[in-house]
Amino acid sequence: MSKTLFDKVWDSHVVKKIEDGPDILFIDRHLIHEVTSPVAFVGLKSRELSVLYPDRTFAVADHNTPTINQHLPIEDPLSANQLKTLEANANEFGISHWGLGHKNNGIVHVVGPENGITLPGATIVCGDSHTSTHGAFGAVAFGIGTSEVEMVLSAQCIMQPKPNQMRINVNGILNKGVTPKDVGLYIISQLTTSGATGYFVEYAGKVFENMSMEGRMTVCNLSIEMGARGGMIAPDEKTFEYIKGRSMTPKDKDWDKSMTYWQTLKTDEGAIFGKELNFNANDIEPMITYGTNPGMGIGISQNIPFADAIKGEKATYDKSLAYMDYTEDEPMIGKKIDYVFVGSCTNGRIEDFRAFAMLVKGKQKADNVTAWLVPGSHIVEEKIKEEGILDILNDAGFVLRQPGCSACLAMNDDKIPAGKYSVSTSNRNFEGRQGPGSRTLLASPLVAAAAAITGVVTDPRTLM
Amino acid sequence: MAYDKFTTLTSSAVPLPIENVDTDQIIPARFLKATERKGFGDNLFRDWRYNSDNTPKERFILNNPIYSGKILVGGKNFGSGSSREHAAWAIYDYGFRCVVSSFFADIFRNNCLNIGVLPVQVSTEFLEQIFNAIYDNPTTEIEINLKTQTITLLSSGTQESFAINGYKKNNMLNGFDDIDYLQNIKSDIETFSESRPF
Ligand code: SF4
Repeated sequence: MSKTLFDKVWDSHVVKKIEDGPDILFIDRHLIHEVTSPVAFVGLKSRELSVLYPDRTFAVADHNTPTINQHLPIEDPLSANQLKTLEANANEFGISHWGLGHKNNGIVHVVGPENGITLPGATIVCGDSHTSTHGAFGAVAFGIGTSEVEMVLSAQCIMQPKPNQMRINVNGILNKGVTPKDVGLYIISQLTTSGATGYFVEYAGKVFENMSMEGRMTVCNLSIEMGARGGMIAPDEKTFEYIKGRSMTPKDKDWDKSMTYWQTLKTDEGAIFGKELNFNANDIEPMITYGTNPGMGIGISQNIPFADAIKGEKATYDKSLAYMDYTEDEPMIGKKIDYVFVGSCTNGRIEDFRAFAMLVKGKQKADNVTAWLVPGSHIVEEKIKEEGILDILNDAGFVLRQPGCSACLAMNDDKIPAGKYSVSTSNRNFEGRQGPGSRTLLASPLVAAAAAITGVVTDPRTLM
Repeated sequence: MAYDKFTTLTSSAVPLPIENVDTDQIIPARFLKATERKGFGDNLFRDWRYNSDNTPKERFILNNPIYSGKILVGGKNFGSGSSREHAAWAIYDYGFRCVVSSFFADIFRNNCLNIGVLPVQVSTEFLEQIFNAIYDNPTTEIEINLKTQTITLLSSGTQESFAINGYKKNNMLNGFDDIDYLQNIKSDIETFSESRPF
């Protein structure tokens, strides 16, 4: 019988099926961070259980960490305590720990692939919804809750019913100035934030075949924003080239054996999806959001839709526009902004900084803009320096901060003040996501760069 | 974490007819710094519930003493966004044992089931009826029966059934959780692990 890529990976990890209940799914790789793991360890200890396979779990501090002066003690006692708790739990149970200051530290979904923790055909979970990022490698990767973190620690399994499947095909060639972020935001704008709820998505078609691994990660990362459990892309030569030689990828004979398996990881001809959608690359322009969920995105040259044109969620639309202080039919181009944030597990990789630098090169940051450029990891930070990107940024009036989640969720000090507008390369524009009262416009690194230079929402294509 | 059994619940309900209520609203990120599961109910819907000077926002439903109960009734696509189980904990800790909506986000639904909050998905029409019944009479009672998988508006007797898989249902009826189950099949898991290539 024809199988999908997802079937192949999921089915090969089922330890047991429960009738009228979930599958018991074996987890190859488990990533944990300081925010969603402490209560799982409390549970583990209160039941007097141990960690079944400590070498399958990897601890990284990222959500709560400062992005300046990381060598100094953390001022906020609550944040400091969470980081200390993560370290103590990792030590107690023999789990590897990349804490603040460690050379491999960074956002969990950036460091996983960078170090070869992420592999094709693996099951990967983390107490974080953007675990979907790792699907770019042909892994089945998704976010879990803290109870499930406890399950994985104690039994290396979770219990979930197999989701429905959807394939999203995007064919054609992307236009100038259109990045993987725009592809993701475009798809979400077409599906809404709940359009893929209950589904696991496979992305297929020319656009993804031509896309870099960094770009595929950006798209898979955003899967959760349309409600999907996760998204994945079949591994190909680009995938293998990316992971080859990374510190934790299989070596020598193991590599050859793995390759034989990985090459079978594609959807068979004739496999059936619960839903199949087709889009054309030509219809996509640089995107920007105007509202308070990631589905409220439009092409940057368009006007905010009329209230009448909104199908269904009229109340959400009204509430969003009031929060953003926007009105129907206004153009997005020219809207004043106050902050620019480049970073997060969506757009905090080297390619994103290359794109940003390409556009700001030889220009100057606008005076009214505060810019926070936050690399996704130390490895990305090093590359930025090595490739000369840092000089370009500095010459244009920007400074680089230290890695972490930062203003993506504003748990640390990087908070956008109430009422201020931020063009952000992150993934969520919910009310207050970037700080109480903050207003977020989601966009690509190119759109962020154009805004940072001009101080208003600007079509990056006019500067290229 | 083990939780109390859930069989039937009869209670008045709090209406929150907003679509796409995301987990950042249910519990904002800055309240996720705890290392123990305690006190999250105080910050449930923090930014909708309190002004920045911590005075209550009078217009928000949780600050209106007319509405109370163990059931929260929300708009479509409830619980979208982040995987933070803290959102479900905050709802539980505040005193809700059941959330009713016409559509739930996946991870949120799962988190609820794992900690003993029952997500009840009803039709759009029935959701509308529930909201209207509560607005007509804020003390109106709703009965949720997990055994028969039914939700009933006691004032009118209108009823709908809801879905839940047999395994999860049994867990909730008995207060079991998945960790107990997994511990019992550990040798199967160990055998399976040996067959994994990486
Ligand atoms: S960068 Fe943002 S979305 Fe990504 S893991 Fe950190 S907080 Fe979550």
